[in-house]
Amino acid sequence: MIDVMYFAWVRERIGEPRETVETSAATVMELVEELRAREPRYAAAFEDLSALRVALDQELSDFDASLSGVREVAFFPPMTGG
Amino acid sequence: MTVRVQTEPFDPGTELSAFAQGRSDLGAVVTFTGVVRDDAGTLDRMEIEHYPGMTEKAISKIVIEATDRWSLTECLVIHRHGALKPGEQIMMVATASAHRVAAFEAAEFLMDYLKSRAPFWKKEFTKDGSTDWVDAKVNDEEALKRWEADR
Repeated sequence: MIDVMYFAWVRERIGEPRETVETSAATVMELVEELRAREPRYAAAFEDLSALRVALDQELSDFDASLSGVREVAFFPPMTGG
Repeated sequence: MTVRVQTEPFDPGTELSAFAQGRSDLGAVVTFTGVVRDDAGTLDRMEIEHYPGMTEKAISKIVIEATDRWSLTECLVIHRHGALKPGEQIMMVATASAHRVAAFEAAEFLMDYLKSRAPFWKKEFTKDGSTDWVDAKVNDEEALKRWEADR
């Protein structure tokens, strides 16, 4: 069980801000593949990974990273603070 | 050091007056205030979304790095989220140091990192009802390389 969060247009495309996902994915990429296979709205949100960033337990990470011990995964576009 | 993430407006003057007050171990204070810009006169408001929890952690990490690197005496970051009208203050950075070069550089470093490494996303709402997520700029990412190269 892992908490998955979405922000900005990723949240809008998927239609919800967070969900709990039952998964055995070992890496972020495997989780992305599982989500993509679910429904077209996920496929649309994860279409271009170069336009996405990922955080694991609130630390910026990358798509090759392991999900071992991770409780919270967040997907979002490049940040626009300041 | 102080990090505040809030929806409420703030007064830069009041913040500056209170910043590093009563301390004599500094010789320079630099502040930067970011304001909602409306170049075309078509913007109704900007809505800023953030990632509660990660936002505070990411900003604190950046502040700690700046404080160490430039030996800052004091450092303040305020960043708003929620709905903001053109002309409203979005954020403020203040740095205090013994010398001005360190205070200026640290403030620039903080701004560059807040732009690309603090989890905020801006959405523009125009007066005619259309909406648009603000894209990150390639320049913003490039700006970080300068600090990495200097390290």
